[in-house]
Amino acid sequence: MTPVVHRVVARTRETDDVVTLCLEPVDGPRMDFLPGQFNMLSAFGVGEVAISLSGAPRDVGPLRHSVRDVGAVSRALCQIEVGGVVGVRGPFGTDWRVTPREETRSVDHRDTVVVAGGIGLAPLRGAVCELVATLPEGGGRVFVLVGAREPSQIVFGEDLAAWARAGATVLVSVDRPSSLWHGHVGLVTTLLADAGFNPANTRALLCGPEIMMRFTARALVDMGVNPLAVLVSLERNMQCGLGWCGHCQLGSLLLCRDGPVVPYAGIVSGLMNERER
Amino acid sequence: MGTERATRGTVRPGDVAVLDANGLDALIRRLRELGFETKGPVVRDGAIMPGPISGASDLPVGVADEQGPGRYRLSAAPHSRFFDWAVGPGSWKAEFFPAVQELWRANVDGASVALMEPILDAPPLAIVGMRPCEVASLAVLDRVLMEGSYRDPRYAQRREGTFVAVVECASPAATCFCASMASGPSVDVGFDLALTELDDERGHRFVARAGTESGAELLSSIDHGSASTEDLNAREQVLVAARARMGRELDTEGLAGLLARNIDHPQWAEVGDRCLSCANCTLVCPTCFCSDVRDSSELDGTIVRRRAWSSCFDLEHSYLHGGAVRTSTSSRYRQWMTHKLSTWWDQFDTTGCVGCGRCIAWCPVGIDITEEAAAIARSDTGLASRVELRGVTS
Repeated sequence: MTPVVHRVVARTRETDDVVTLCLEPVDGPRMDFLPGQFNMLSAFGVGEVAISLSGAPRDVGPLRHSVRDVGAVSRALCQIEVGGVVGVRGPFGTDWRVTPREETRSVDHRDTVVVAGGIGLAPLRGAVCELVATLPEGGGRVFVLVGAREPSQIVFGEDLAAWARAGATVLVSVDRPSSLWHGHVGLVTTLLADAGFNPANTRALLCGPEIMMRFTARALVDMGVNPLAVLVSLERNMQCGLGWCGHCQLGSLLLCRDGPVVPYAGIVSGLMNERER
Repeated sequence: MGTERATRGTVRPGDVAVLDANGLDALIRRLRELGFETKGPVVRDGAIMPGPISGASDLPVGVADEQGPGRYRLSAAPHSRFFDWAVGPGSWKAEFFPAVQELWRANVDGASVALMEPILDAPPLAIVGMRPCEVASLAVLDRVLMEGSYRDPRYAQRREGTFVAVVECASPAATCFCASMASGPSVDVGFDLALTELDDERGHRFVARAGTESGAELLSSIDHGSASTEDLNAREQVLVAARARMGRELDTEGLAGLLARNIDHPQWAEVGDRCLSCANCTLVCPTCFCSDVRDSSELDGTIVRRRAWSSCFDLEHSYLHGGAVRTSTSSRYRQWMTHKLSTWWDQFDTTGCVGCGRCIAWCPVGIDITEEAAAIARSDTGLASRVELRGVTS
């Protein structure tokens, strides 16, 4: 449970409340990870929170974490300047299963629909980078559907443009347009129908507010996507990442261990559709 | 059993011997000579609690207990038996998984950080007088903290060095249901030494079974006799009588599935109205493992991270940015009880309840987990909601 000390080597403000930190270990090699996994990040003296990894494993270089300021620890993390230190434990949890496994190295030919709500794009960013990189090798088509409350809340704008240039279909919608917004307006689910993927041969990766994932998953299943091929990234309070602290339980799942990425099928759809309050 | 093989000399694992009442004192003193820190049940603040012992006279000699929903009383008993009571509020969990435990401390000097972990150098522990349900509860905690993907070195170090002398249960309380959970009143695994206290016309004595090499060595080093057929029969009778005196029962047949399909049962709201959400049940529970991880800054600037017990009855337990997930008391009671009896199986392939009855005795309003489970079993509404769920998912 002792973190590895990392140094902030770059820091980018994404929106009014989201900061991306690039971290390098003070000693030793950078950790290996898979897109969708998370680390426990410590702001020394304040506390520790679970933050997803948003880099791609194929990138060499620092670890990327995008942190939204929603509490004492995430605020402290957002305020650490370049040269400051952050404690890192991980990586923990399940991944999006987009990284070709060493044994097979086979490219997935299915369409992939990535649906992100707000900062939900952070855990998906590495997966999209991996998928877009397989396009020249004949990998399946990539559809990136992004929903944000308003245009100023859209994160990773440069990545969205780069993915579009690399051949991905990138669609963005906002709930509340600004006067300068000429794009789509409405919930992210309204982008699904005309995106152009083939539901019968599609896998979907969803991350965002739980209600957004619930409605998106239902819509995808209604369109004919196999519920087992719809993956969602679920979030609960996490204090250890090791399956010991009990906070991340969702029914029979310990989300730090059995999640955060789980198929929207069977037990998970039940849990997501049932009242926990 | 090994009656004939056990002699005043060498005892081997699996052998059965007999100690007279003074033998218990010799056993504790021998453990201390071997360098063990010896602990056992002691009377403290009107309850039987884990505590340090240096001889048999520190144990609750001649003490009886009376337990019921929301009730616990000790009284003097007209005999001098050591173990004529059922478990009190303190479980042995705290020896291995302390209520507050330092994980590391750090000195931060500008942009450099020096982290230090506490040295795990506590002397080996010997517990004399653990009950079978507590042996079972430690096996449950082992699954969580030692046998999953990650091994907690703090827990493992303490657990693996500990000598366990268990005492089989002759006096279950009205709150006990270990027989339903297959965790008592007898014990078959998880001990170095298993004792059964006998007090009949043949005298006050203990049947002692060696479970491990260290248990056998210990028995060999103190005065003991061979267990006679009468001794073994007397032990059986004690256990049969204990099963008959078991105050409560829980029908575990299909229980995990029953609770899983009754998430919307009206009983949750009903019990939620009575439950104070005080967390007493989780604090006395020998298997509850939820913990918070917290940082604090000392006055000299040192940062200390500690792990402390927490409870799923706290609103904050399920806090996620924006608010708690489980906002009602009924949802938190449901989380606790379904975890104990249902989802624990999914998560750790074992029950989360050993039937010790502490949560019943120490609930200030006397909520009884066996009665709550029975109430749901009496009106299984799950089939309807299962169909509903299928409608949503398909």
